[in-house]
Amino acid sequence: MTQVEEKEKPKEELAQQITKSQIWKSIFRHGFEDSPRNRVLQMTAGFLLHTRPVKVWTHGIRLRYTWGAGGLTFLMFVVACVTGVILMFYYRPVPEYAYADMKYLKFDIPYGMFLRNMHRWSAHAMVLLVLVHMLRVFLTGSYKKPREFNWVIGVCLLTLTLLLSFTGYLLPWDQLSIWAVTVGTNMARATPFVGHEGPFAEFISFISPRFDARSFLLGGTIVGPATLLRFYVLHCIVLPVFTIWFVMIHFYRIRKDGGISGPNKALEEETL
Amino acid sequence: MVTAVGWLSVLTACGATGAGLLRFMFPKVLFEPSQIFKAGFPHDYAVGAVDTRWVRDQRVWIVREPTKMYAVSAICTHLGCTPVWLNNEDKFKCPCHGSGFYKTGVNYEGPAPRALERLKISIGGDGQIVVDKGKKFLQEKGEWELPGSYIVV
Repeated sequence: MTQVEEKEKPKEELAQQITKSQIWKSIFRHGFEDSPRNRVLQMTAGFLLHTRPVKVWTHGIRLRYTWGAGGLTFLMFVVACVTGVILMFYYRPVPEYAYADMKYLKFDIPYGMFLRNMHRWSAHAMVLLVLVHMLRVFLTGSYKKPREFNWVIGVCLLTLTLLLSFTGYLLPWDQLSIWAVTVGTNMARATPFVGHEGPFAEFISFISPRFDARSFLLGGTIVGPATLLRFYVLHCIVLPVFTIWFVMIHFYRIRKDGGISGPNKALEEETL
Repeated sequence: MVTAVGWLSVLTACGATGAGLLRFMFPKVLFEPSQIFKAGFPHDYAVGAVDTRWVRDQRVWIVREPTKMYAVSAICTHLGCTPVWLNNEDKFKCPCHGSGFYKTGVNYEGPAPRALERLKISIGGDGQIVVDKGKKFLQEKGEWELPGSYIVV
């Protein structure tokens, strides 16, 4: 035995001890030698890679077909979520502080203006990209069988996106927000049955300016402190939770309906 | 049978919870400004003028004609902005979308679909004008002739 080998021996033993320990094996659950079995395990044994599709169509990565609009919409949502949570460290949803906190974020917090603008622009871009994504899906006929259900999920997501935008609009608590939300919620007066100025409301005895669709949104009869708090909770908790839930179903259904839709092969060959 | 009773109980519980949550969203007490305000004495107002002194605090104009007075709600019937009284042009004009109204409140230009609303007006025990913004009188329903929509002076 040489001297070097003698020195190496305890090291090897230590390595063996570590890699065969229960902790190590619970984290690294399979071997690393390049075998077909390990290749499969790399994909299926962990969560992140497991959520990826086993196969991807070649048209799925062709930008000219999908425009990547759906993925970009999701990216914008993630950006808005992350920056939104950061803004929550400073913003207080009460009339005394809301506007001042917005200004404070803008002028006195390092990177505050940058983060606020990121939140705002990603929200704008998200609305735009949802529409672009819908246009692409419509033009390629991807809403057709078997993807009808997913189109409806997508319409729900469009509505949620617009509601997220609308509730976020009030939070700066400046003149623009207050009047935009005044105008927006005034439309709820005309809701059939449950809006106090809407059709058929006279047939429901308890519908009044105090108890109708509009006061449900406002938490009163005017855009006031109750409205600000209500919109804040909707904007930061209720609507994002619903959006995340629908996004999960949306992505799951893409996989179940045969992956990203592509050109109709039979039709393409016919025209060629 | 047992399954049906089970599901019915679950649905009833969900329904009751949902109804309770819906009711939860409508507070019994609101901390909002009173809908009723005193607007001084009739002789404080010039005959033939649209008085703008209450617009800032109450969103109400008080108009005095030779024989009667009425209160006009300063809420545009298009989408709820506050119009302004333009004395030189003798009209109410909304800055949001350009709706225009005559001195009477009747709409004649822009997107507003109906006349400005009039509010309940009366003389209180102390001789002062009392305006109640909770009670509206609509021109399109012929309510501007009803008692309460104006006071005789």
